[in-house]
Amino acid sequence: MASGVKPRVKVPKSASAGEAITIKTLISHPMESGQRKDGDGNPIPRSIINHFTCTFNGETVIDVKMEPAISTNPYFEFEATVPESGTFEFTWQDDDGSTYTETKEITVG
Amino acid sequence: MTLSRRDTLFLGAGAALAAALPMPAMADAVADAISAFTGGADVAEGGVTIDAPEIAENGNTVPVGVSAEGAESIMVLATGNPTPAVATFTFGALAASQSGSTRIRLAKTQDVIAVAKIADGSFKQASATVKVTIGGCGG
Repeated sequence: MASGVKPRVKVPKSASAGEAITIKTLISHPMESGQRKDGDGNPIPRSIINHFTCTFNGETVIDVKMEPAISTNPYFEFEATVPESGTFEFTWQDDDGSTYTETKEITVG
Repeated sequence: MTLSRRDTLFLGAGAALAAALPMPAMADAVADAISAFTGGADVAEGGVTIDAPEIAENGNTVPVGVSAEGAESIMVLATGNPTPAVATFTFGALAASQSGSTRIRLAKTQDVIAVAKIADGSFKQASATVKVTIGGCGG
């Protein structure tokens, strides 16, 4: 079970209709790959976030399947088009079944 | 038991063979991952851009960006990692560009491969070599 998981997202507050905006996301997570060993030589069990999605008003922007090779504190940067004002929803799914979400409003005008 | 010169040579050859074995096994894992993604279809070279550093001082966080015009999804593989799969980006209707950046772990100096599934059903791939001076998979 990962502790201290905190999602952070950077989305512009406003945009013009149809504009491509850059979104940056970062989530604090240890992302144990399952390849490391502790001081006694026992393997540390895998604990990663395996899926990340971003939707805007229910429509998918990006969907990323993640493997243990993604580094600690997973970072993603991508571009989205905004047709109207609305809400971005970001979801991360952990191996242990937890889901972390974050929402951001954007105004188009 | 006494070892003759011939026995010693034979043992040496066996050891060399055993040492050489893991390499083809890794290549198979990469080929398997690509064929699982493409369904066995032909993959053309080029048409995919990988934005990765030539030299990474720390294999724990290597910034890597991929993009491919008109792609539905892009799979990223690290050929020298214990497991080659890294991530698969799938783009929705609202993605402004078929590109994404993230940070990945690389265990050692190796090739990073990106395979893109284009909307018309074709597949394209590109690879980039990253020199890693400190490994990232607990090594």
